[in-house]
Amino acid sequence: MIRYIFKRILYLIPVMFGVIVLVFLMKMVMPGDPVMELLPASATEEEREEMREELGLNDPIYEQFGKYVWGIVTRGDLGTSYKTKQPVMDELLQRFPKTLVIALVSMALNLIVAVPLGILAAVKQYSWVDNVVVLLSIVGASLPSFWLALMMIMLFAVKLGWLPAMYDGTVSGYIMPVIAVSIGCISATVRGIRTNMLETIRQDYVRTARAKGQKESIVIVKHAFRNTLVPVVASIGSGLGMLLGGSLIVETVFAVPGIGKYVTDAVSQRNFPAVQGGVIMLALIYAIINIVVDICYTIVDPRLKTAFITSKKRKRVKQGGEINV
Amino acid sequence: MSKITTPAMEKLYKKKKYNIEGVSSPGKEALKRLMRDRTAVAGLIIIIALLLVGLFAPLIAPYDYQVQDYSAVLQGPSSAHWFGTDGTGRDIFSRCVYGARYSLPIGIMCVAVGLIIGGILGVIAAYFGGKTDNVIMRFIDIIQAIPSTLLCIALVAILGNGVVQLIIAVAAGSIQGMTKSCRAAVLMVKNSEYVSSSKSIGVSNLMIMLRHLVPNAVGIIVINAANSVSESILTISALSYIGIGLTSPTPEWGAILSEGKTYISVAPHTVLFPGLVIAITVLAFNLFGNGLRDALDPRLK
Repeated sequence: MIRYIFKRILYLIPVMFGVIVLVFLMKMVMPGDPVMELLPASATEEEREEMREELGLNDPIYEQFGKYVWGIVTRGDLGTSYKTKQPVMDELLQRFPKTLVIALVSMALNLIVAVPLGILAAVKQYSWVDNVVVLLSIVGASLPSFWLALMMIMLFAVKLGWLPAMYDGTVSGYIMPVIAVSIGCISATVRGIRTNMLETIRQDYVRTARAKGQKESIVIVKHAFRNTLVPVVASIGSGLGMLLGGSLIVETVFAVPGIGKYVTDAVSQRNFPAVQGGVIMLALIYAIINIVVDICYTIVDPRLKTAFITSKKRKRVKQGGEINV
Repeated sequence: MSKITTPAMEKLYKKKKYNIEGVSSPGKEALKRLMRDRTAVAGLIIIIALLLVGLFAPLIAPYDYQVQDYSAVLQGPSSAHWFGTDGTGRDIFSRCVYGARYSLPIGIMCVAVGLIIGGILGVIAAYFGGKTDNVIMRFIDIIQAIPSTLLCIALVAILGNGVVQLIIAVAAGSIQGMTKSCRAAVLMVKNSEYVSSSKSIGVSNLMIMLRHLVPNAVGIIVINAANSVSESILTISALSYIGIGLTSPTPEWGAILSEGKTYISVAPHTVLFPGLVIAITVLAFNLFGNGLRDALDPRLK
């Protein structure tokens, strides 16, 4: 197990390196000269040249890349924002908790709402409950999150005055962003759980449990649900990707000062070091979350432990013929 | 699963006067199931209607989508302006009608591009396996490490605003899903006997992939494609909303919405209607996609 975790963390290194290369390549193909954006139009050619020298834009590409990677690895330095002249890392660290709070609270909300609804729909398949849940989940998946956010602002902030229209740092300021972000994810999870549950209910061992006279509630909770838990945990990883992506957009609607707002602002200002830093940072968060999810996954589904058995052990097991891997 | 018939069975059925009407190829069976699914048909009708609206936009739109009328600014919905007017007096209904020329075809194009690239990568990875598989899948891992919305935003930031740039960016975001599902589909049939017998009689790799592997992956590809169109449309409108991709005065639905948000407290209709149009379009694709999945994979019905 520890070996597996270690392996997963080690694998993070090439992936993150790949992300950095990708992001750096993006900058290379970007048209336009960042110096033009940085200096006023009245700047002289000498001033521009000086700026280029200062930013290291005249160095060969491999040298720029080497410096960039070295900076990240040794100092956690993601470059300097063109706009504020502050280190991108500091700015990101300042904003990152807000995005993480939105994503994690949305995930919690997602599980609290989606798991019972999905199971209920599957258990009562073809009933009105099932139809309503399925219909709502299809509609929920079709609503653009930013539109939903604006509609909520209109209803709860402008008309009713219950919640603040913009993020104001209080808990109530998070309510609407969290709902707007999570609706899409909830819809996807409900459908996923319903499908998995339907498959599980038809399994032989569930029939056996019923046949031996077990109470229906125990059959569902103990026998069927435990096995649907596996895909649920598996979907958390991709769900968090969805939520992180969704919060990028929703943050701009509510003016939440998180990474999403930071990156989208940076995009419109053509502040590329900030975009680069944001992408790398979010990719790292996402990757770490995915590792945690994968580890939980193996705890929920002991069958997957076979995946940790090294090839040597596996051979031995096979020869023994006791466990069919 | 569909019934399998052999000529001998058909003869038998005829002799015993069984009804063999319902027995046909799996494709036809799936189509029949799809056509019986009322919600899927409703989705399909909406999609076709929207495509027609886009095609005949000049005939349908009551006003020019660009003409500004400062005597009728921010008017609510009325018989003259069905969806009301925006901050510069443009008719929102006409703008939404013209918007069908952007979101819908661009969304479909994005999926087509993502499908072609992702499909080729997936089939190659699964068929050749080993090192090729490893290289392709590690590349996909890297793309997958970046949440797809973020990847789209970053790509648009680099490539700039415009239709082609938008298609590239959104397609790039959907490649990883396509590659993975195509790879999985091919892996399932790769070791079948008919593939190895084709190999043994010297059929080229390309032919095997085209004749034997791709047709087997078609079901999964089609299901995925229908669902990713709705995702793409959402992404496109979201990008336009935050002011990248397609921006005003292009009558893209997200862009119309983005213009309207300034007036949200005084003229909510400027936001309400374009959003509803997006939601209905995406809903249509979702309904159709679900019907398609049920039809092609009736096991889960």
